[in-house]
Amino acid sequence: MAAITMRGITKRYADGTEAVKSVDLDIADGEFVILVGPSGCGKSTLLRMIVGLEDISDGEMRIGDDVVNDRAPKDRDLAMVFQNYALYPHLTVRENMAFPLRLAKVPEDEITRRVEEAAQVLELQEHLDRKPANLSGGQRQRVAMGRAIVRDPKAFLFDEPLSNLDANLRVQMRTEIARIQKKYGTTTVYVTHDQTEAMTLADRVAVLRKGIVMQVDSPRNLYNSPANLFVAGFIGSPSMNLVPGELTGTNLTLPFGKVDLPDEVAQRLTSPQVADGEGSSTTTATKTGTRQVIVGIRPEHFEDLALVNEQDRGSGMVFRNRIDNIEWLGSELYAYLPYSGGEAIAQQLGQLAGDLDMEQTIGEEHQLVARLDASSQVKEGAEADLWLDARKIHLFDPESGAALARPPIS
Amino acid sequence: MTATTTQAPADKKPSGGPRKTTDRAQAERRLGIKLAAPAAIIMLLVTAYPILYAVYLSLFRYDLRVPEENAFVGLDNYILILSSGIWWQSVFATALITVVSVAIELVIGLAFALVMHRAVFGRRTVRTSILIPYGIITVIAAFAFRFAVQPDTGFIGDLNPLGGPVGSFATIILTEVWKTTPFMSLLLLAGLATVPEELQEAAKVDGATAWQRLWKITLPNMKGAILVALLFRALDAFRIFDTVYVQTAGQFNTQTISGLGYNALITRVNLGLGSAISILLFLMIIAIAFLFVKGFKTNLGAVKGDR
Amino acid sequence: MTALTLGAEKVGAGTTPARGRTTKGASRQPGSGAIWKIGTAVIVAYALFPVLWIASLSLKSTADVGDRKLIPVSPTLENYRGIFTSGEFVRPLINSIGISLITTLIAVIIAAFAAYAIARLDFPGKGLLLSGALAIAMFPPVSIIGPLFNIWRDVGLYNTWPGLILPYMTFALPLAIWTLAAFFREIPFDLEQAAQVDGATPYQAFRKVILPLALPGVFTSAIIVFIFCWNDFLFAISLTSTDAARTVPAATAFFTASSNFINPTGQIAAAAIVVTVPIILMVLVFQRRIVAGLTAGAVKG
Repeated sequence: MAAITMRGITKRYADGTEAVKSVDLDIADGEFVILVGPSGCGKSTLLRMIVGLEDISDGEMRIGDDVVNDRAPKDRDLAMVFQNYALYPHLTVRENMAFPLRLAKVPEDEITRRVEEAAQVLELQEHLDRKPANLSGGQRQRVAMGRAIVRDPKAFLFDEPLSNLDANLRVQMRTEIARIQKKYGTTTVYVTHDQTEAMTLADRVAVLRKGIVMQVDSPRNLYNSPANLFVAGFIGSPSMNLVPGELTGTNLTLPFGKVDLPDEVAQRLTSPQVADGEGSSTTTATKTGTRQVIVGIRPEHFEDLALVNEQDRGSGMVFRNRIDNIEWLGSELYAYLPYSGGEAIAQQLGQLAGDLDMEQTIGEEHQLVARLDASSQVKEGAEADLWLDARKIHLFDPESGAALARPPIS
Repeated sequence: MTATTTQAPADKKPSGGPRKTTDRAQAERRLGIKLAAPAAIIMLLVTAYPILYAVYLSLFRYDLRVPEENAFVGLDNYILILSSGIWWQSVFATALITVVSVAIELVIGLAFALVMHRAVFGRRTVRTSILIPYGIITVIAAFAFRFAVQPDTGFIGDLNPLGGPVGSFATIILTEVWKTTPFMSLLLLAGLATVPEELQEAAKVDGATAWQRLWKITLPNMKGAILVALLFRALDAFRIFDTVYVQTAGQFNTQTISGLGYNALITRVNLGLGSAISILLFLMIIAIAFLFVKGFKTNLGAVKGDR
Repeated sequence: MTALTLGAEKVGAGTTPARGRTTKGASRQPGSGAIWKIGTAVIVAYALFPVLWIASLSLKSTADVGDRKLIPVSPTLENYRGIFTSGEFVRPLINSIGISLITTLIAVIIAAFAAYAIARLDFPGKGLLLSGALAIAMFPPVSIIGPLFNIWRDVGLYNTWPGLILPYMTFALPLAIWTLAAFFREIPFDLEQAAQVDGATPYQAFRKVILPLALPGVFTSAIIVFIFCWNDFLFAISLTSTDAARTVPAATAFFTASSNFINPTGQIAAAAIVVTVPIILMVLVFQRRIVAGLTAGAVKG
C-alpha cells in the first residue's frame, strides 16, 4: 500500500490537444479517491496514466516514494479493474485470479491459499473452475476484483467498474466494493461518471472538467460548498437551480422575490479570505454598488410554506408562485415553478449544460425544481405559497463561475 | 485565442510530451509495416509481376512451337482475338453460365439461408451438410454430375444431356449451382442475422404477412449482403474453368474464356495470343467489379470490415 | 444480506436468458414449423445426393457401373484396391497433401503477421493492403499461368512442388489475411493491457493471453486455405506434367484420358470418395468455425 502523488500531470496528444492539464493530486495511503466528471473530462486518461497504460507528457507521478513516470505497468505493482472486467476468456476463474501471482512467481501453495481466500471473501468458491463466459455480470465483476485483491498491490484502480451492470446489481456491488476496500484498507482510485457512486463510496472526490480538476473534497463538502458553478451543477440530483440575481449590499433580488441574506451568508460574502480564495477581484465591489450574480438553490432547500414552522420562516424567503407540474414520488414531491428573467444568464448556463453533457436541463427552460415534503397539498396549475431556506443559498460570479458565498460547511 | 493555443507548445521548451506520443505512434507504424511487408511483397511478386509479364508477352508474336518467328507485333494479338468468332462465342458462353448460375444461386441460396435462419431443429446438421458441396473438389463435383447424366454410368436413362449444347450448358450450370450455392447461402445467412428481430416483430404488429415481411423488411435491410454475395460469386463464376474442362472440354460452344486462354497458353503454347486472351479476361473481371461497386453502390465498407 | 445478494443475482442471471429464449421461440415458430423442417430435409438431401451417387459408383464392379441403380447390386472394394495399387493415384495424393499442407502453413504464418498488424496496429497502407488482397483473390488464375509456365521452365520450377506452392500463394495469402484479420479483430486486445497491469511483459501478455485466443482463428483459417489448395485445378494442370508434382484433381482429369480400354468411372469415383471423406470429416468436426471463417469480414453490420 502506498500514497499516490501527482504533480503537474499533463496528457498532451501529438496534435497538441490536452486531455489532462497539469493535475496536482495527493492521494493518501489507504484513501479511497474517486475521479468523477462528464465523459471526455480526462478522468479515465488520468487513471490510465497512474497505472502506466498512457504515457505521461509532463509532470511527476509518484507511488509511495518512487517516481514511476517511466515504469512499465508491470513494474508499478498496481491492480486494475477494467470497465469490461477484462477477464481472460480462456482461463477459469481460479486461473484468472492466479494469473498475476503466477507471473510474479509466487509459490504454488501460496497461490492456492490466496486464491481460496479471495474466493471466500467474494463468495466465488463454487465458481472457481468455471470460465468467465459462464458467469453472470455480477460474478464477473467479483472475479475482476478477486484478481486485484489476491496480489495485495500498492493500490486498486477501478475504471467505471459498475457501468455494465443493471441498476439493482450496481447498488449491491457498490456496497461490496466499499466493504472490500474497508477490509483491506488499500489505497483506491476509482473512476466513474455516476455521482451517486462518487458520493457514497469516496473519502474524497475529485471533480474533473476538460482535463482540469475543479475541486477535490469530501462528498459532504462538495455538496454543501461547491467551489464553482460546474461542481454545483454536477453534484446533486436533481441539479441545483441556477437563477440570475442582483445583489445590493446584502439584499438579493431574485426573479421571484427579494431576500435579505442571513448573516452567515453575508459575512462570508464580505470576508476578504473568501474573495481572495476564489481569486475574483470583482468581489470587492460588493459593499458599494449593485452587481449581477448567479444564485444557486438546491431543490431540497425549498418547502411548502404551510409545512414550515414559525421560527424557520424568518430565516428564509417566502414567495408565491404558480406551479406548472407536480411529480409525486411517495417519499417526496417535485414541483416545477415557471419564472421569467432567466434569459440574463442563459448563455453561461447553456455553456455549463454543454460541459455537463446535459441537454437543456439547465438554462433554456426557465423553471425551478423544488423538492417538497410528500404531504404538501400544493396543486398543479395553481398558485402556491413557498419558502426557500436563505441560509443555504449559493452565489456565483457570472463571469468566472467561482463561488462568491458558500454556505458553511456542516 | 487560436494563435495562443498553437503557439503554446512552441513557446514551452520542446518537452518530451508530444514527441513521446509520436514516438509510440511511429514505433507502431514501423512494426505494422514490418509485419505486413512479407505478405505484401509475396503477393506483389506472384501476381503483379506475372501480370505485367503477361501484358508484355501479349504484345509479341510468341509461340514456343516456332520460337524463331517471335517478334513484337503491338496490338495485333488483341485485334486478332476481338475479330474472332471463337472469342465472342466464349464470352457468350462465360456470360451465360455466370448470369444463369448466379441468378439461380441467389434464389436457392436465399431460400436455404432463410431455412437455416429459422430452423430450430437440426440446425447443426443443416449447416454441416451445406458445407459438403463447398468442401468437395470442383473437378470431383464435375465428374459426379457427368457420371450421373451419362447413359453408360448414370441414373437418368438414355437422355445423355452432354451430347448437345442445351444439355451441356444445363449440366455445367447445375454443377456450378450445386457446388457454390452453399457459399452464397452462408453469406446471405450472415446478412440475415444482421436484420434485427425487432423489425420483424414490429412489422408483424403492423399487420404484414410473412411474404410482405420478406420483401419489405428483410430483403431491403440485407441489400448490402446480397450485393456482396452477388459480386463475389459473379467474379468467381466468370473465371469458370474446371467444370467445363471435365464435362464437355469446350464442346458444343461451351468453351469459356478461361478455357480458351488455357488452350492457347498450355495446349498450343502460344504465349503471345494466350496472354492477350488472359489480359482481356482480367480487364473484364475488373470491369465487372467496377460496375458492381459504382453501379450498384455496393458498400465495400461492409466487405472491408472496418475503415 | 449475503444470501439475499446471491439470491437476487441468481434470479437476475436466470431470467435474462429465459426471457431471450421465449422471445426467440415465439418468433421462430410463425405457425408453420413444418415448412422449415421440410426445408431442412431438402437442404440435407441437396448436399448429400451427389456424394451418395458417386459413393455408389465407387462400390460397383466394372460390370455393374452401367446398371443405372443407385444401390450397388454386389458392392465391391475392387476400385479402391485398384487405385491404391496402381500408383497412378497414390503419388498425386501425396503431392496434394504435401503441397496443400506446405502452402497452408506458409500462407497462414505470413498472413498471421499481416493480419495481426491490420487488426491491432495503425500503419500507412493498411487499407491498401486489405483491398489489394481482396482484388488479388478475385483475379483469374488463367491470367498468370502463361508467364509462370514460361518462367518456371526457365528456372526449373516447372513440374515441382515449389512450382505449385508459389502460385497457390496468390489465393492462399489473401484468403488467410482476410479470415485472420476478421478473427483477430474479435480478440479483445484490452486484455493485453490487463495482463500488463497484472505484471506481464509485452511478450508474456502476447504468449499467455493473446496467442491462446488467436489460435482457434488461425486453425480455422488454415482449414479454409487448405480446402482452397486442395481444390485447385488450373494451376495444377498447367504447371505440372508428370506424377512428380501432379495433384489429385489434375491426375483425376487425366485418369480418364489415359486408360481408354476399360471404363475408369469406378476408379475415379473411388478416388473422389477418398479425397472427399477427409473434407467431410473436417467439416463435420469444425462446422461452426468454418462457417464463421467463410463469412467473417465478408458481411458486417
